[in-house]
Amino acid sequence: MHGIDLTIIWAIIIAFGIMMYVLMDGFDLGVGILFPFAPDEDARDVMMNSVAPVWDGNETWLILGGAGLLAAFPLVYSVLLPALYIGVFLMLAGLIFRGVAFEFRFKAERSRNLWNWAFAGGSMVAAFAQGAVVGAYIEGFNTVDGRYVGGPLDWLSPFTVLTGLGLVAGYALLGSTWLVLKTEGYIQQWVRRLAPWLLLVVLGVFAAVSVWTPLVDPSAFERWFSVIRLIWVFPVLALLSAWLVWRGVRRQHHATPFMATMAMFAFTYFGLLVTKWPYVVPPNYTLWDAASAPGSQLFLLIGVLFVIPVILAYTAWTYWVFRGKVRAGEGYH
Amino acid sequence: MELDPLLLSRLQFAFVVCFHAIFPVFTIGLATFIAFLEMLAFRTGNPAWSRLSQFWIQVFAVAFAMGVVSGIVMSFQFGTNWSNFSYAAANFIGPLLSYEVVTAFFLEAAFLGVLLFGRNKVPPGMHLFAACMVALGTFISSFWILAANSWMHTPEGTELVDGIFGVTSWGQAIFNPSFPYRFTHMVLASFLTGSFVVAGVSAWYLLTGREVDANRRALSMCLWLILIGAPAQAVIGDFHGLNTMEHQPIKIAAMEGNWETTRGMPLLLFAIPDQEAERNHMEVGIPRLGSLILTHDWDGEVLGLKEVAPEERPPVWIVFWAFRIMVGIGMLMIGCALVGLLLRRGGRYWQQPVFLNVLRLMAFTPFVAVLCGWVVTEVGRFPWVVYGQMSHSEGLTPSLTGGMVLFTLIGYVLVYAVIFSAGIYYLMRVLRAGIESIDWPEEVHDIERPKRPLSASHVSIEEGGHGHARH
Repeated sequence: MHGIDLTIIWAIIIAFGIMMYVLMDGFDLGVGILFPFAPDEDARDVMMNSVAPVWDGNETWLILGGAGLLAAFPLVYSVLLPALYIGVFLMLAGLIFRGVAFEFRFKAERSRNLWNWAFAGGSMVAAFAQGAVVGAYIEGFNTVDGRYVGGPLDWLSPFTVLTGLGLVAGYALLGSTWLVLKTEGYIQQWVRRLAPWLLLVVLGVFAAVSVWTPLVDPSAFERWFSVIRLIWVFPVLALLSAWLVWRGVRRQHHATPFMATMAMFAFTYFGLLVTKWPYVVPPNYTLWDAASAPGSQLFLLIGVLFVIPVILAYTAWTYWVFRGKVRAGEGYH
Repeated sequence: MELDPLLLSRLQFAFVVCFHAIFPVFTIGLATFIAFLEMLAFRTGNPAWSRLSQFWIQVFAVAFAMGVVSGIVMSFQFGTNWSNFSYAAANFIGPLLSYEVVTAFFLEAAFLGVLLFGRNKVPPGMHLFAACMVALGTFISSFWILAANSWMHTPEGTELVDGIFGVTSWGQAIFNPSFPYRFTHMVLASFLTGSFVVAGVSAWYLLTGREVDANRRALSMCLWLILIGAPAQAVIGDFHGLNTMEHQPIKIAAMEGNWETTRGMPLLLFAIPDQEAERNHMEVGIPRLGSLILTHDWDGEVLGLKEVAPEERPPVWIVFWAFRIMVGIGMLMIGCALVGLLLRRGGRYWQQPVFLNVLRLMAFTPFVAVLCGWVVTEVGRFPWVVYGQMSHSEGLTPSLTGGMVLFTLIGYVLVYAVIFSAGIYYLMRVLRAGIESIDWPEEVHDIERPKRPLSASHVSIEEGGHGHARH
């Protein structure tokens, strides 16, 4: 295609979309995971108000990612969704529950406790399912002729349970550092106490997954250990970010812990990408095997290149309008 | 008993898509109605129009939010249950569904916020413009979805090579033969749905003497819309039927309960089709009228179900009766429109209690008609997912087991039951609060965001919540 490989452009768009989703929906799912452990109901109001203006836009990336995969990489869409059938259902059910709970909690008084639980439960289930998906992706998919041929629960293994729980802890960490940024007083003190423990759990899972991955995936072993390459910069930077999170929390910084947690997620994500590159349906199919027709990729690219700046501008504007601390009993509710 | 993943997947898709369709079909019509109200408010300066608009925007916001939530599931259904179809048709279906997402996002980010929350923050002209753009956006969204759906009925502009559909002409594939009819039929159905819901709710308020001036205006406007829309829908439906007869004659045969290829086919009013015996029981019909409607000739030839093998025939009774319910409701609608016209003399249309009560009940019928219409067209194309080119069983996800689909089917039913009973219950509360609720002091300062449309409504979900006095 005139020297430009549309498949590469689409790979970058989708990879960027997934990263945006994980970072942005990650912290608001994290707030949901922390919900039952909040000191009191006032704290829950503040927690919810801190994500209320932004959580909706965050899930746009998930829908765009799903539709974009179908259009640009149909093989990924048509192998991963059947393979993750039950997990995808749990994730969607969780996301729907928490989304609706979110809206109705604001309009409820007596039934508020019910919506609290729906919000927390939905967030946990969705986070766990997403983490298990990452684990299943690392393990690879059982395919013949581009069709998934494995069983309904192949995605659920000790390894994927670990990655599932790891992502629950990871999102909780994102949520807690987000709350360090957005709250003050006793709520901020509570999440400051919590964050280092969550960081410890996340690092534990990170270490376990890093050791385990080369064992479940020989090509990962080859990629990381045959020669020491530039890619080692990603885990090093991820660990450096983890240290910044810890230091930021200790020194009572407001913004650094959240920024550093996001960086930690991003570098871990890049590490995962280079482990699998160029395979998108591991272990058999590359980006180019999975791509749709160039005409289809081009047809959609025009619209997406137009709308992504709009989404980014809308997102930036929203965060700007609602910048600063959220205070108990103030304004919103 | 062996659980059939194919049948269960079809049931699951039907369930999810029916639940989803209820909301967009209403919001598309309502968005246009709101744009009309905004235009009238802008041009006449009469506060009744803007009060009506403010109230119906709240209802729109709740229904829109429900549509978005149920739509999320749709974008994953294709992959989870119909992965072979998704893989084969992705070159065409993929970009179209993505364009729908892109359109919807753009609409929400740019204009929905201004419409929902901007009344006192932007100049009136800009608010009107936003209302028009939201209405336009809902049409563009349905344009993409219906283009994709119509292509599955009348696939053109594509070529099936090695099991994959490649696009040979985007123009032909998007504007495929059944698309213009299906799109017009659906847009009119949305107008009628919006009109009948607004008319029914206004009639209910008028019966109890609430906000008489505004509700009388709304009712009058809806009755004019119905007077044009309902007969037009019958004409468009006829064209759509002729188009179907050309491309999917077996669907027509099932709709008419016609087993044998005949000339001078009767129009059956009642029958109990028997798939096994390949005939109908207890037929009541009008001789030769069927041929006249379908071929515009008393002796026109109409193909029968026996032209194809038994396993290629759709379940006849479902298609036959769904079609009759849809047409019956259409006739009732035309009847309402005519009675409304007669009652205009002396302004009785907003005072006649029997008529108002009928309209109140009619508010539910457009949803039934729309779902029946979709059942006719979707069940009627059995056994094809892409008509004549790919069957349902070829499109199914090969790794599915009956147990998996049963699990998720029950799961979706439960999730939707909980979520949508809450949603509909809340919608009813907003309706019960009525137009008066826009005068309530805004004690609740929600964080109003366009991507959180529900924040546009300040009605509590519980009785007496937030100290709002009930009227």
